[in-house]
Amino acid sequence: MTTNDVGRFAWRALEGYRTRTLLMILATSIGVAAIVVLTSLGEGARRYVRNEFESLGTNLIIIFPGRAETFGTGASLASGRTARDLTLEDAIALQRIRGVEHVAPLNFVEGEVSAKGRRRDVPVAGSTNEVQYIWGLSVASGRFLPPQDPRNATPHCVLGSKVRRELFGADSPLGQYVRLGDRRFRVIGVLAQKGEFVGINMDDIVFIPVASAQALFNLSSLLRIGVMTRSREDVPRVREEIKRLIGGRHGGEQDITVITEDAVSSAFDKVFVALTFALGGIAAISMAVAGILIMNVMLIAVAQRTSEIGLLKALGASPRQIRFLFFAEAALLSAVGGVVGSIIGQLGSFVIRQIYPSVPAFAPIWAVAGALLLAVATGIAFSVLPARRAARLDPAIALARR
Amino acid sequence: MITLTGIHRVFEVGDEEVHALRDVSLHIDRGEYVSIMGPSGSGKSTLLNIVGLLDRPTSGTYELDGQDVTALTDEQQSQVRREKIGFVFQFFHLVPRLTAAENVELPLVLAGAPSDERRPKVARLLSEFGIAKRARHRPDQLSGGERQRVAIARAMVMEPAAILADEPTGNLDQHTGQEVIHLLEELNAKGMTLILITHDAALGGRARRHIRTLDGRVEA
Repeated sequence: MTTNDVGRFAWRALEGYRTRTLLMILATSIGVAAIVVLTSLGEGARRYVRNEFESLGTNLIIIFPGRAETFGTGASLASGRTARDLTLEDAIALQRIRGVEHVAPLNFVEGEVSAKGRRRDVPVAGSTNEVQYIWGLSVASGRFLPPQDPRNATPHCVLGSKVRRELFGADSPLGQYVRLGDRRFRVIGVLAQKGEFVGINMDDIVFIPVASAQALFNLSSLLRIGVMTRSREDVPRVREEIKRLIGGRHGGEQDITVITEDAVSSAFDKVFVALTFALGGIAAISMAVAGILIMNVMLIAVAQRTSEIGLLKALGASPRQIRFLFFAEAALLSAVGGVVGSIIGQLGSFVIRQIYPSVPAFAPIWAVAGALLLAVATGIAFSVLPARRAARLDPAIALARR
Repeated sequence: MITLTGIHRVFEVGDEEVHALRDVSLHIDRGEYVSIMGPSGSGKSTLLNIVGLLDRPTSGTYELDGQDVTALTDEQQSQVRREKIGFVFQFFHLVPRLTAAENVELPLVLAGAPSDERRPKVARLLSEFGIAKRARHRPDQLSGGERQRVAIARAMVMEPAAILADEPTGNLDQHTGQEVIHLLEELNAKGMTLILITHDAALGGRARRHIRTLDGRVEA
């Protein structure tokens, strides 16, 4: 029997029992669609998070004080030494490293700001001119903190759009003064509306020079330092040089944590790939259910077609051919179900993309291909028993029955 | 051509052994027209099944065209059955979802013949049996006589050594039954070995040689 003939015979059998065929296609397609939709959700979440990280800038390095220990007890604990603070001088020293484009020291303190008799509790960021490049800030009116020696504690500030609105209403705040703690700061600019970014609401914030913030809140250390390299390729080398340089300044202690966008996003990436696999696996369980249904229906088909199987044997079909015919039928059925299911699944992820435009819910290729393969494999695996039963039918008995 | 020697067929029904065939020896030559008659339960169906390779004897040997077919595996027996035996059944046994032409084509398909070789053979048989116009009809659109003609065409399509017809008129009216018998006899006249199983004495009497089965034994 040629492959073509096997396929055609199986196809005619499927056509001959419409309801049965449609039900089995439905069962298989639900399984495949579930895999496609769920993995597209997982993949969408992965890409969403990845995009968020990439919007931070791929050539960004962030330095925290203290060592994030990833193995054993802390070296600093063992040696009895505590981590040193990051200082403004550390940040200034970083500017000398080749490939470094921007350095932004950062302090972040909750403060009370008042103007014209109105008071607000607002997060106050102490930084330099260069933070605008690292966080991608733009100014709606006036200008940002001017480039200057970070050690200069000049009394001017830049307001987030919400702070401006709440303190000054419709009036222009430029040139006006606000009070922060016991000092007065002249407003030199207002940020354009940006919303939340890196977990900070950029509309509800006040920027002042880092030295001013340290003086105002009586700080000697920095919360962190952001570094932007000239290009992505510079990141690994600059990262190592930062460690060496700060280490040297801190008496040979590796007491800082340096993270890059790459490292963080690839860690998240792994988490989300695992999540996608898990979702796909859960969906694959529905395939097992479909498989059992297929087996059931194929067993019924064998019983229904007893005399036909007997006839095929009388016409000279070998047991192998009979088995093969049933396998072909199951494979064809589950392949059609798989294709239908992946179309339904793609439609499902399309709907998800319409509802949540920020989540790029595209099922990964491996999941679509895997679901199709799984569908066909399930169809064949669960038809082994029915096919064997058919092949073993005694033709004399099968034909005697009507 | 068909030589049975010392064939026994024992079925086990519960604890009991039922001897369907007891020491049957039989020879049928090429081109013969043989009827096998006997009351139900006499072993004629078992004999047909063994001759048609649908069943294996418990003991004894069966030679078909000089080849001992009892020793063959299932796969090999399938091939012999496909090439040498044509079946015609009382209930026609056409595949309901296939057209008349496709039903006739089925043995060729199972044999793996290429489709350009199959088509002319099928067309020739259908027109020879006067059912060319019904080629595209499904069995449920055909009359009983037409169905049996399709079944006979199917039995003939592999140009077998023998046709085994099991009550071929049992499900047809008198007139149609006559037509079908004439058709089979015409084939026999052209040299086809015809073995007819029936309990109808008038029908069986038409054959040139009569074999009677009784209680698992054969009287030639």
